Amino acid sequence: MTTDLTTLFAHELADRLRAGDVTSSEITAAHLARARMTDRGLHAWLTIDDDRAMEEADAADARLAAARVEGQAAVGALHPLLGIPVALKDLVSLKGGQCTAGSRILEGYRAPFDAHVTERLRDAGAVILGKTNMDEFAMGSSTEHSAYGPTGNPWDLGRVPGGSSGGSAASVAAYQVPVSIGTDTGGSIRQPAGFCGIVGARPTYGRVSRYGIVAFASSLDQIGPFGRDARDAAALLHAVSGRDERDSTSAPIPVPDDLLRLPDSDDEAASWLRGKRLGLPKEYFVEGMEPGVASRVREAAAALEAAGATVEEVSLPHTDYGLAAYYIVAPAEASSNLARYDGVRFGYSVRGGEDYIADYLATRGGGFGPEVKRRIMLGTYALSAGYYDAYYLKAQKARTLIRRDFDLLWAAGFDALVAPVSPTVAFAFGTRLADPVQMYLADACTLPVNMAGLPGMSIPCGLSDGLPVGLQLIGAPWSEAALFRAARAYEGVTADAGWRTVRPRDLALLMDPAMRTPAERAAAGD
Amino acid sequence: MALLTRSDVEHVALLARLGLTGEELARLEGELNHILDQYQKLARLDTDAIPPMAQVIELDNILREDVAGPSLGADAVLANAPERDGDFFIVPAILGGG
Repeated sequence: MTTDLTTLFAHELADRLRAGDVTSSEITAAHLARARMTDRGLHAWLTIDDDRAMEEADAADARLAAARVEGQAAVGALHPLLGIPVALKDLVSLKGGQCTAGSRILEGYRAPFDAHVTERLRDAGAVILGKTNMDEFAMGSSTEHSAYGPTGNPWDLGRVPGGSSGGSAASVAAYQVPVSIGTDTGGSIRQPAGFCGIVGARPTYGRVSRYGIVAFASSLDQIGPFGRDARDAAALLHAVSGRDERDSTSAPIPVPDDLLRLPDSDDEAASWLRGKRLGLPKEYFVEGMEPGVASRVREAAAALEAAGATVEEVSLPHTDYGLAAYYIVAPAEASSNLARYDGVRFGYSVRGGEDYIADYLATRGGGFGPEVKRRIMLGTYALSAGYYDAYYLKAQKARTLIRRDFDLLWAAGFDALVAPVSPTVAFAFGTRLADPVQMYLADACTLPVNMAGLPGMSIPCGLSDGLPVGLQLIGAPWSEAALFRAARAYEGVTADAGWRTVRPRDLALLMDPAMRTPAERAAAGD
Repeated sequence: MALLTRSDVEHVALLARLGLTGEELARLEGELNHILDQYQKLARLDTDAIPPMAQVIELDNILREDVAGPSLGADAVLANAPERDGDFFIVPAILGGG
């Protein structure tokens, strides 16, 4: 009897690996084959390195064999991700590998060193298959801003997977890989997790070192995991968390081992909810929210309440200012961070103009795509003489108010907040490109969490018109262990729900080797 | 309400060192003004007594010992250079007569 290994959760694969039923080499080969076979129509990946992945798989098998010789304690000390395939968003440095951040300006750039998260994954023994597609420099909510063409959504190939970590989310939803790494500056993990019907978590700012990550907005960027359930995402977060002296904002706060102890039993998981106090922020049910999204979130809140939690409507009164404040702070930081792309030390370069300014103008004008140019322009304007106080300083003050809204709720004793992830389900290609403000609205429910530096998750909570809806969980700083407990509890409460058995609708289409790419389909207008 | 004129957009593009086509400048003029309109909401917020927040974590400066450690070799650093001369990056001339 053979099981398709790509259908299993990472924790199931880890169990089989330890039981000796399967090797990492077999697991890795199965995922590489599926990724190769199904990615023409999906375009979740920018690079796949089969040879390196198979070498890492062999190394993982050797580590497990050596631990077996040493004894049970040595096997028990291995990380659950040993031998498990993982994908990296293409802004995570992997030594010797291309790292484009979805931009032409970094085409051909090869990272000279490993990011901290890459080192951590190597320590754990995880097997890195390759790098995933993304909006250029993580600026976007649909992956349509990738310079290398958009990624499809496995639920409906005519729709976006969300963004900016759309490739990482789609690859997990399409069973190409059980877990993947993304980054979340304004919702770039949670929103695509919601659109693709998987689990995604953005940890507290400072939980994961940003060393070796292509920077977008440094006070907002955080790295986090995707998985098809809470346990898998928690194991990946556990693997990459912790203090790193090369990122001075990386916090010297212990990584909670509870992330590796989420209950297997649904009943035990659900029992965590008894006596817990959850808030439902009324401002997150924004104008224009699709009724199906609001209904699924309210039903989820009711299910949590039925399982023993109390759910109270709460207010985060400055939510409405979040979008404007974020779209000043993030572009301002981006305009500064992206000043480094000058065509001198690495990346796309145009020389031979009449002076050095002309070379910079040609390099940056030719290397950056339209959304990145828009953000650099916004940020440069907001920081420029005469406008700094009116825009940047004002936005930083609004940020204080947004953070205080949350602090009051933690002080009042709330264990977590439950909310929508995005006002809509996955939208069709092309529908939001013409109006940047419409694209920005996709992040209205996620970006306040970044402004406040909090941990947040998206977990699947049902379908609306056949497409996944995400439930957002928001916690106090450093409360990831509790958030994952809540996520696992919700899985336990809804374990028998019919929607849990529904698989992404267009998975079958991806098996067609002649399937057109998302870019080809978009060009043809379907 | 147009806040940014075409010449403002051109000025900001120069500050940002972005070479933009006429078409891009025209489109950005419209888009940036549309986005700046959304910012007007912030002007209504009373923030006179509110301190600005530049970052969110309650950490003081984190310092390390001032000792040399291993770093990347010149070849690794220069491997991505568009133009290179031995152990040097070739940079555009910034002084006259280059």
